Amino acid sequence: MPSQGFFRGLGKVFWRKSSDTTTEHTETQKEINRIPGAEFSSRLDPWWWLVVAVALIIVFLLVFRADPYLDILLFVRDGLYITVILTVVSIVFIIILGIIGGLGRVSNNPIIYLVSTLYVEIVRGIPLLVQLIWWYFAAPVVIKAIGELLHISALANYRSNAIFLAILGLVVCYGAYMSEIFRAGIQSIHKGQMEAARSLGMSYMQSMRYIVVPQAIRVVLPPVGNEFIMLLKDSSLVSVVAVADLTRRGREFMATHFNPIEVWTMIALLYLIMTLFSARMITWLEKRRSQR
Amino acid sequence: MSEPIIRIENVHKHFGRVHALRGVSLNVERGEVVVILGPSGSGKSTLLRCINHLEVYDTGKITVDGILLKSAQNINAVRREVGIVFQSFNLFPHLTVIDNLVLAQRVVRKRERTESREIAQNLLVKVGIAEKAEYYPGQLSGGQQQRVAIARALAMNPKIMLFDEPTSALDPEMIKEVLDVMMALAKEGMTMIVVSHEMGFARAAATRCIFMDEGQIVEEGAPEKLFSSPSQERTRAFLSKVL
Repeated sequence: MPSQGFFRGLGKVFWRKSSDTTTEHTETQKEINRIPGAEFSSRLDPWWWLVVAVALIIVFLLVFRADPYLDILLFVRDGLYITVILTVVSIVFIIILGIIGGLGRVSNNPIIYLVSTLYVEIVRGIPLLVQLIWWYFAAPVVIKAIGELLHISALANYRSNAIFLAILGLVVCYGAYMSEIFRAGIQSIHKGQMEAARSLGMSYMQSMRYIVVPQAIRVVLPPVGNEFIMLLKDSSLVSVVAVADLTRRGREFMATHFNPIEVWTMIALLYLIMTLFSARMITWLEKRRSQR
Repeated sequence: MSEPIIRIENVHKHFGRVHALRGVSLNVERGEVVVILGPSGSGKSTLLRCINHLEVYDTGKITVDGILLKSAQNINAVRREVGIVFQSFNLFPHLTVIDNLVLAQRVVRKRERTESREIAQNLLVKVGIAEKAEYYPGQLSGGQQQRVAIARALAMNPKIMLFDEPTSALDPEMIKEVLDVMMALAKEGMTMIVVSHEMGFARAAATRCIFMDEGQIVEEGAPEKLFSSPSQERTRAFLSKVL
């Protein structure tokens, strides 16, 4: 979460030149400022200006072209909310599934390895859109059929929940990619770490839990952040399967007002500001971690 | 004489086509300090790693403190009795020095937090780096890291300590601080097997020296005797290069 220091850092990036002459600097601060670009290393990366620029464009449109841009924003507001919730909830489960899948992919147990490899290979071979459609249209039929077959009324009377099935589809698909990221992360940890843990009497799972996985998580932070941004964008696909996300709300607005340029420019800008902001937050997180 | 604490009988080990151990037999008594020498690739590290099952041997028998190394259950029982110190330290970089010592005590020995911290602190005093308890391994010198690694192994109260070239990755001026700790440990009567080329340590602390070559024990004896008048030509050739 952005702390006070975060906003102060933001201010320093954009108003640094003027503040240089007015605010007092310690000797070390002056020392640092002599090195070109070094001042950013302890603060924020300069690409925050792009986030601010896009935000300014949006604000400009909302203030000076309130008709139709403000109307569009108010209309798609709940879709924006759905998109954010969908992405955040999904990424939590994707990371959990990724850790499980990654452990499976490095397992010495042939059955666990086979199952996790099959999962990764099959899921990665099917387009996300097709998977989402399958979960929405086909899965409920399968669930009902199983329920009827086994006489479980809870399943037989299953009523599909679009958001739940969309999250399920995203988690299953992205979980496969995340498994590969975690596999690589786990394998990047020197095998001496596992040996040291095992030689102290820890079991395989204890060694993974306390020694290997915590180190692997640090390694995979950049690619996981990347996945998060891709997920944020790919979540627009759920608009096809009856989820009223940002994209679907945009389409609904366009259907009544017939102004594609304004609607889709606004939607694009909203996605853009979210992804740019996420990217900067991830960079900030990485930097903070590497300082340890 | 009592039952040897480690009994190795005719152990063979292959790495693919490489025959790394060719019928090694060795008994180690309680309180002995055995130093193993030999050229690289002679199988000395492999032998050491077989004792706590980091390497799985193909045929033969290894018994540690009366426990035959065979099933997974036995392996964990043996590992609780055997501490190992690696050439590359293998400290846990994401944990502080004290947590490196505490973790396995809590997870494996199920000790209370306060008790395990006390044991850890005492061991850090013993190896002379109590003031670094809250540092991360990356902030320590190689010699300090290796002393932490020794303390970490000792925190599990092992009956046997294995050292796999503990000073080979260290700068010359740091070797002594690690050897001093090992020397003190030997004086306390710890059973130790040390793969090392530190002749000074071997002379001062070893009860027995073993020379290995091509996966076999070529010669063994008291350090003075082995160094001054080796009986085998291969031992002589090796010693003339390292001494």
